[in-house]
Amino acid sequence: MSNAPEDLKYNKSHEWARLEDDGTVTVGITDYAQAALGDLVFVETPEIGRVVSAGEACAVVESVKAASDIYAPIGGEIVDTNPDLGNSPEIVNTDPYGAGWIMKIRPSNPAELDQLLDADSYVELTSEQD
Amino acid sequence: MQKRTPLYQQHLQAGAKLVDFAGWDMPVHYGSQIDEHHHVRRDAGMFDVSHMLVVDVVGPRATDYLRFLLANDVARLKEYGKALYSCLLNERGGVIDDLIAYRLADVRYRLVVNAGTADKDVAWFNRQADAFGVSVSPRRDLAILAVQGPEARLKVLTQLRTADQSQVEVLLPFEGAEVGDWFVSRTGYTGEDGFEIMLPATEIAGLWQRLLDGGVAPAGLGARDTLRLEAGLNLYGQDMDETVSPLESNLGWTVAWAPEQREFIGRRALEVERERGIERKLVGLVLEAKGVLRAHQPVLVDGRPAGELTSGTFSPTLNAAIGLARVPASVAVGERVEVEIRGKRFPARVVKPPFVRNGKALV
Repeated sequence: MSNAPEDLKYNKSHEWARLEDDGTVTVGITDYAQAALGDLVFVETPEIGRVVSAGEACAVVESVKAASDIYAPIGGEIVDTNPDLGNSPEIVNTDPYGAGWIMKIRPSNPAELDQLLDADSYVELTSEQD
Repeated sequence: MQKRTPLYQQHLQAGAKLVDFAGWDMPVHYGSQIDEHHHVRRDAGMFDVSHMLVVDVVGPRATDYLRFLLANDVARLKEYGKALYSCLLNERGGVIDDLIAYRLADVRYRLVVNAGTADKDVAWFNRQADAFGVSVSPRRDLAILAVQGPEARLKVLTQLRTADQSQVEVLLPFEGAEVGDWFVSRTGYTGEDGFEIMLPATEIAGLWQRLLDGGVAPAGLGARDTLRLEAGLNLYGQDMDETVSPLESNLGWTVAWAPEQREFIGRRALEVERERGIERKLVGLVLEAKGVLRAHQPVLVDGRPAGELTSGTFSPTLNAAIGLARVPASVAVGERVEVEIRGKRFPARVVKPPFVRNGKALV
């Protein structure tokens, strides 16, 4: 059973989003996603300053098996990416909701967050896919 | 209906993630593909490869038959138990499959062929068999376990009866021995020492459990792929198929040109190709940037598209991306080329495989 913290919002494509106090949204992939992908060996993060819309592919995680796109759960400007992923992509496997975060987005329309799933709905979704 | 090997339940018990491989439900990993990879390089791991097919060829003219069928020459197998790697070619010199041939006795050979090509191979074997009066017997009653790694031989030997140990411990690389109704050979697909054991399907679960108790870790097809790629070993259907020849697939060494009078299927086409000079060849690439090489990524030489990756992965041993690529024959080892990954170009160094052998980096 994969875990999905209550205080996060979730995308159907298995990204999580957390609204921070400074108004930015931190994005990563879920525990379910990292387990399905297997050992990650490379993460390609977007360029800081790039403007993305919700649902746009903007990062790539690669396991030994395959490459998978990461979709922006919310539209806005990329304001930061996780510098530790360059040398330690495996932290996405070991700590997907903490040290393994992927990027921070300054949302152009914070209300888009409401379109995302809550933890219970996301867990329901993943249990259907198992 | 998916096919299952006799170890299906054991895979589930070991926590395997199962995937479809050529119509078979096979374990891709049991938790961490990278851990399984390292375990094979550093200790001992075991792979259920029962989806591969054992085919026994028997008859007074079995040697003549295989000398006509295979690009490598089974007449090189002077002693019983000796193994030979060969391509099975069509008339155009294209690769129908690659296989290992063992000489079990004077007129008795054993072939081990790939799962995805097994039906096609057996049909091909049968079509050629009548002229030589040999019997071709697919052995789905047998299962195959590959136990690989620096500690693999020792850990297998302790599971054998004392009487059998003496026969198995003296085996040289590429040599096998029949012990009762088991066949144990010192071969593999990982670049490490070890054994491949062919045994009655009803007995493999017992062996699996004893090896598990003896500290041999289950390893899935995922680790098998990264290990074989590090070892510079081609994968059929990916690095070669019926549209390319062994000469274009870094397998020229497996073609036995001598003696000249030996006719084998595909020989004339290969001779024409050799005479003319090959246009493409298969080389190793090491990516000199972060990222992962994958099959079908374009390779650029002097800035122009010139070839593509046939296999690519992240090498856990080298901590870098490696791959095999089919490129123009003019590309030389040591040269730098570029690989296009998601629209961007990255430098890669051309190397001669293998990348890793017996746990050591070679590139």
